[in-house]
Amino acid sequence: MSKKVIIVGGGAAGMKCASTLRTQGVEVLLVERDRTLGGKLNGWHKLFPTLTPAGEVLDALKREVAASGAEVMTGTEVERIAANGVTVNGGRELKADAVVVCSGFDLFDARIKEEYGYGIYDNVYTTVDIERMLNEGRVALADGSAPRRIAFLHCVGSRDEKVGQRHCSRVCCITGVKQAMEMKELFPQAEVYNFYMDIRMFGPGYEEMYREAQQKYNVNFIRGRISEASPTFDGRLQIKAEDTLVGRPLKMSVDMLVLIVGMRPGCSNGRFACTEGVNLAPNGFVSPLNPFAGNVRSGAASIFYAGTVTAPKNIGESMNEGVAAAMSVVEYLNAR
Amino acid sequence: MKRSSWKEYQKEIADDRYYYARSCIRQNFFPGSEAAFLDIMRNDLGKDVLDDPLHTSCTGIGYHSDIVPLETIMTVVARQFALMTAAGYENFTSSCITSFGIYTEILETWHEFPETEARTRENLFKATGREFRIPRNIAHTSDVIFHNREQIAARMVHPLMNVETGAPLKGVEHIGCHYAKIFPKSGIGGSEFPYVLAGMIEAWGGEVVDYPERRHCCGFGFRNYLVQANRGYSVANSQKKFASMAPYRPDFIVCNCPGCAMFLDKWQYTIAEMEGVTYGPNGRGIPVITYEEMAGLVLGYDPWQLGMQMHQVDVEPLLDKMGVKYDPDAKYLGNNGKLIGKPEQAVVNCCSQERTYEVRQ
Repeated sequence: MSKKVIIVGGGAAGMKCASTLRTQGVEVLLVERDRTLGGKLNGWHKLFPTLTPAGEVLDALKREVAASGAEVMTGTEVERIAANGVTVNGGRELKADAVVVCSGFDLFDARIKEEYGYGIYDNVYTTVDIERMLNEGRVALADGSAPRRIAFLHCVGSRDEKVGQRHCSRVCCITGVKQAMEMKELFPQAEVYNFYMDIRMFGPGYEEMYREAQQKYNVNFIRGRISEASPTFDGRLQIKAEDTLVGRPLKMSVDMLVLIVGMRPGCSNGRFACTEGVNLAPNGFVSPLNPFAGNVRSGAASIFYAGTVTAPKNIGESMNEGVAAAMSVVEYLNAR
Repeated sequence: MKRSSWKEYQKEIADDRYYYARSCIRQNFFPGSEAAFLDIMRNDLGKDVLDDPLHTSCTGIGYHSDIVPLETIMTVVARQFALMTAAGYENFTSSCITSFGIYTEILETWHEFPETEARTRENLFKATGREFRIPRNIAHTSDVIFHNREQIAARMVHPLMNVETGAPLKGVEHIGCHYAKIFPKSGIGGSEFPYVLAGMIEAWGGEVVDYPERRHCCGFGFRNYLVQANRGYSVANSQKKFASMAPYRPDFIVCNCPGCAMFLDKWQYTIAEMEGVTYGPNGRGIPVITYEEMAGLVLGYDPWQLGMQMHQVDVEPLLDKMGVKYDPDAKYLGNNGKLIGKPEQAVVNCCSQERTYEVRQ
């Protein structure tokens, strides 16, 4: 088969899709905006629930892509997609028989939730910052000391109508649990609190991890959202919340506040949706043709989707969709 | 603190020709503030401000107490706008934070639900025969002072600095819930990191204190205070703020809202009486001032002309730090030189408390 497919986005879904298509003899051009493949995986330390190093998964994907012989074009942003190819930055048109959109998601900008003081107060971090610090091998407060009390806040930029993020980002709950355990590993004497409105442990092994966090790691889970954070006289952070299980307001000082940021639609979704057959769901993610039988297909026969471009997903789900999209592409190409 | 996010919340503030709407309660508790605003705007800055005797209360206190219906207050607001229109003005500025919140809320309501605006226009015309135009610009008077803070700084006589040490005076700024908590876009700096008063303090040489309960309500809350049985709740809110700010040793508290200024001033007296606790140095309270008074002091106005003798917590410690000259004997003399009455020494000012707030070093 001498058909060519362009994959937009070289994250977990795009890489898996590329290597799978190559096993089917399809010519592949994998276009990635950043200078390296891997997408958000590059920034993660360990993956839930197995605590597998993210680098292991990423290296395996990279090896697969390299071995597959897929052509890779990094540092190239796709501006427009069409039924017969894409236009990249600079206006260059690249032709193909099919396009798979794996452009992923954006992280919620925690600065929008001003009341938590991210970017304003010291020692307010996001889960992404924590992953970075874990990768760098040093988690510490701004003054270099170890935190004695850490608070995690779930659903920052998820299920929050005030900031236009009505959807659940799904993976943040387990991320918060994982990082709470990692903090306890690093700082066994520290008290760790997770403030949540619901704990949604949807994946295999997640509920067990949540239980382990409580029973083995002694992480405290408090059902209530933090309303605001403020700096205290002694350089800590005062947080206010309501413990909705006991029905009482709560105020405590912590050394570190970690905002568990959600997933928002990719910034390219809007311009991709200018293409006929590519539609956006009300939440801004790309809407697949059919949520059951056609969840990797678009309204255009030659445009396919995989990964978090359509909804929040974990790494495994994104990779599976990469495979599913590849097989749907092959089916489409064979039928032409 | 990297306090820069306020820059993302900017709004247009008219430069001149304002129709001025007064507050219902300020002239009782801080009687010189509104006069100072007019003096500063007209005499120091050369601006045109119309102080129209025809305008009324916005009825906001009644509205927030559930005794004035929405339709009624919308018609009252429409009448204010009609007076502004008739006087040939387009820029509306209100002295009261609650009024400002009312105006912004009603304008937003009319914008979202045009049928309510049409109904209000009809109600106003039937009741008064008046018609109105939507203001081109609406601002709180603190916005207007903020807008002119650099011009005021250029005329500064007494910067917000300790004349003895040269150190910036530390100011706690309290914005008031109805300034930007309803619509963050309507306030300078938004609702979380408002900058309207902080900008004045910084422009005039002072330093802003950021303390944990900075955003907390003063406790007025209308029903907290208006229903007598709830007043303990009102005091408790103020107490939370005082206890939170005291360790930072603020030299003064500056308020945006008539109610907040009143409660943060008078509840200090109440707490001193109830608990024997004060929050300033030497067993005294922390002086509470309005932004007009702050601007007036900076510009060299006489504190008694500014009405500062009416404060519950004595302002003299602040005046001394700023190097403001005042005549102690003239404190309770009215404009005609006659004694207006001298209050008993209050426990919040006389340093005789059994217990003072333990200020951390």
